[in-house]
Amino acid sequence: MLALVLLGAGVGLALLWAPEDADQGATQRIFYLHVPVALTAYAMLGWGAWKALRLLWTREERYDLASYTGVHIGLIFALLTLATGSIWARASWGVWWDWRERQLVVFLILFLFYSAYFMLRYSLEPGGARGRISAVYALVGVVLIPVSFLAVRLADQFLHPTPLIRRGGPDIEAGMLFTFGVCFAGMLALGATLYANELTGKRLDARLRELREVLT
Amino acid sequence: MSSGDKYLWGAYLVVLLAVLVWVAIIALKLQRLERELGEIVELARRG
Repeated sequence: MLALVLLGAGVGLALLWAPEDADQGATQRIFYLHVPVALTAYAMLGWGAWKALRLLWTREERYDLASYTGVHIGLIFALLTLATGSIWARASWGVWWDWRERQLVVFLILFLFYSAYFMLRYSLEPGGARGRISAVYALVGVVLIPVSFLAVRLADQFLHPTPLIRRGGPDIEAGMLFTFGVCFAGMLALGATLYANELTGKRLDARLRELREVLT
Repeated sequence: MSSGDKYLWGAYLVVLLAVLVWVAIIALKLQRLERELGEIVELARRG
């Protein structure tokens, strides 16, 4: 419900209220969608890695499903980041993709790395070993998140827009920053809702399977 | 509608579509879980 309210308000503000960018015009409004989606992807993949660390640390099996769900939802947001970013690139630069842009390539590597997580997971027999190997893989991949995040912050000379908050304070107008804040909160809430629902579904699925095995 | 507007709406529609697909997947999953639960209840009654 919170996600719905925040996202509804955020989209309304982004499309109807936020001031129009003098340089990019209407297409700059994709920013209110693209950046929160990307940050939520980082948050979800990071959450998946955190749960993977908990699994390796405590050896408690329940963290395996939590880590898997975090990666699963993070990957959906990563795919949306690539899709919305590509549309924005076509509108602003005239191309769907530019291989010279390191930020784009780093994000694509991050996406492909976590896509391979599923291939690895489903190539192993279910059980403790699968959970631990998947957890190690999810943890290794988390290194790419700060690399991808920093690539945007360090690359001032490239086509990709630069960060909106610098050391001296926000680099954008207050109305734009407020709209971005609402959209980001909404997207995070959506990510958390997706995660909670998916995890409940997966746990329920596992319990039902156990119950069926007991009864047959 | 200008070319910029088309891309803007396109980007928002992609995300909306993704959310709708997710809702549909959740609905299908709930249906499957309900069916499986019914089967398990039936098994428990027989056993």
